[in-house]
Amino acid sequence: MGQIEWAMWANEQALASGLILITGGIVATAGRFTQWYFGAYSIVAGVFVCLLEYPRGKRKKGSTMERWGQKYMTSVVKLFGPLTRNYYVRAVLHLLLSVPAGFLLATILGTACLAIASGIYLLAAVRGEQWTPIEPKPRERPQIGGTIKQPPTNPPPRPPAEARKKPSEEEAAAAGGPPGGPQANPIPVTDEVV
Amino acid sequence: MGNCMVNHWFSVLFLAVWLGLNIFLFVDAFLKYEKADRYYYTRKILGSTLACARASALCLNFNSMLILLPVCRSLLSFLRGTCSLCSRTLRKQLDHNLTFHKLVAYMICLHTAIHIIAHLFNFDRYSRSRQATDGSLASILSSLSHDEKKGGSWLNPIQFRNTTVEYVTFTSIAGLTGVIMTIALILMVTSATEFIRRSYFEVFWYTHHLFIFYILGLGIHGIGGIVRGQTEESINEGHPHKCAEYFEMWDDHDCHCRLPEFEGQPPESWKWILAPVILYICERILRFYRSQQKVVITKVVMHPSKVLELQMNKRGFSMEVGQYIFVNCPSISLLEWHPFTLTSAPEEDFFSIHIRAAGDWTENLIRAFEQQYSPIPRIEVDGPFGTASEDVFQYEVAVLVGAGIGVTPFASILKSIWYKFQCADHNLKTKKIYFYWICRETGAFSWFNDLLTSLEQEMEKLGKVGFLNYRLFLTGWDSNISVVGVFLCGPRTLAKSLRKCCHRYSSLDPRKVQFYFNKENF
Repeated sequence: MGQIEWAMWANEQALASGLILITGGIVATAGRFTQWYFGAYSIVAGVFVCLLEYPRGKRKKGSTMERWGQKYMTSVVKLFGPLTRNYYVRAVLHLLLSVPAGFLLATILGTACLAIASGIYLLAAVRGEQWTPIEPKPRERPQIGGTIKQPPTNPPPRPPAEARKKPSEEEAAAAGGPPGGPQANPIPVTDEVV
Repeated sequence: MGNCMVNHWFSVLFLAVWLGLNIFLFVDAFLKYEKADRYYYTRKILGSTLACARASALCLNFNSMLILLPVCRSLLSFLRGTCSLCSRTLRKQLDHNLTFHKLVAYMICLHTAIHIIAHLFNFDRYSRSRQATDGSLASILSSLSHDEKKGGSWLNPIQFRNTTVEYVTFTSIAGLTGVIMTIALILMVTSATEFIRRSYFEVFWYTHHLFIFYILGLGIHGIGGIVRGQTEESINEGHPHKCAEYFEMWDDHDCHCRLPEFEGQPPESWKWILAPVILYICERILRFYRSQQKVVITKVVMHPSKVLELQMNKRGFSMEVGQYIFVNCPSISLLEWHPFTLTSAPEEDFFSIHIRAAGDWTENLIRAFEQQYSPIPRIEVDGPFGTASEDVFQYEVAVLVGAGIGVTPFASILKSIWYKFQCADHNLKTKKIYFYWICRETGAFSWFNDLLTSLEQEMEKLGKVGFLNYRLFLTGWDSNISVVGVFLCGPRTLAKSLRKCCHRYSSLDPRKVQFYFNKENF
């Protein structure tokens, strides 16, 4: 169990809890159950939790599968710095958010699930895990045409660019013979046409 | 699309039947509770949500019955074995057991949601009619006493005016088991997402055992008999269609209608899940029994790129190409079983697996076997499972593509072909095999180096040089290489795309790899 990142599971659990809170809240509000205003709270809390938990954090080892379209929320969540990076804060936040929903039967399932997610986040925080945003890799753009060489003047097989350059540099320095002169083949080539 | 249907017609049919049954059961139960006279008075308080809740409950029973069956591996293997005369399509269906398990699980989640929402409305309506003082039919029905001495023929489970629905939920068996079951279900689902399963298998494996709470909860969920319908006697004495309108006069002794009497439904979930639960218990006992049989490790080979090969023997073990086994190592983890494809051929006198370090358990296993001076850890094996890949031998041309450690079933196939050639097996329809192996590092190719070399030699000896064609692809990069010359002689469009690739994969840093594209000009 040494390398389990509990925060990843806590994240899935919290996201599910958010959805359950929203559903329970909608049922309570639409049905105008007794104390339905807790339902309205539950919808708001659920939406907040879903938005906070949607961007998946980066795994310490290996590649992380991003959720579709998460980069927009990642930039927002990143802004809060230590508040969103630290899992102790998340554990406490989720625990506090879950409490009011516990007063209504329709949303009590959301409370239980969010409280469990809070517990798993606490475990993750104790083990020193942190939320790191998944950054898109900067795309390396080599200049178009930068590696195209002039069409070669000598027939194949040709040595690589450096070997070709060096003689010309030496020649430029020594003002020697013509660059790229007749090819000196390493293995003697004989014409086999009879 | 046409090709898809030909290959998958059985799956489509199977799923259509399953969905059809779900819809049928839902509609049937819905209509029963919506129309039956028994529930006339219950509907007066609850409305249509009674029928909704009961219909989804029936579907939940049906799907809970189905969910345990696809994970009874031994049962499926047995079916596959006895069904050898059945067409391959039917047997192949058994390989999609996990997909079906997931579909049934999603259906359970859907019906759980419907069931809970319907019951939330039900509880709210029961609560309101209990608190109502307007003398309506609903309030009179709700005031029927829970007192056993007066018959205990109550309708509304909420007994007192000031009882909250939360109190009823957590003090009734149905409510409490419902909450426990739902939480277990949610935890099982969140730990079973593909991401968690692939990255942290133990979290999935251990959490999924919460299904025990789900099954137990389901068995006793209906014991309290909260769903109440009118008794036969009571209907005979005063049919609701006749008596309902005179509800204000039920108290009068000279009214021809008396107070209706109700009784609870007996629980029926246990009838649905009893057989699968027994089958599953037998399955686990069988797995345990098979795992206790002695496994003798005959050879241990450490390959580069952290791959361990184990060659083993077990009494009575017989396999076919492409099958897999579950392996347990008690000294690393008592309860974890991990699947590995068999890399040996059935013709050999041992069976082998190649294990790549991919997580906690595999790394600990490899480390344990690396210790030269401690005794070899004990291994338990269960299996083999899976449909044999003998289909390969039915095709004239087979294209086998393996990525990294995914090459293992093909190792088994290729070895088997080697043996078949040795014995001049004329049943082999295969004329040509194209084998593509994609690896990240060159070290990986050494896993089956000997196999490929000996196969090549064998083919040459038999004069069948064209039989096996293999291509090895390397996706990782040796950082010592810095300059690569790419030469092309060919059409312009090919040159354009090749040049684009060279640009894309050359790094800006001149110390890193650079691709120089040279196109011949004639």
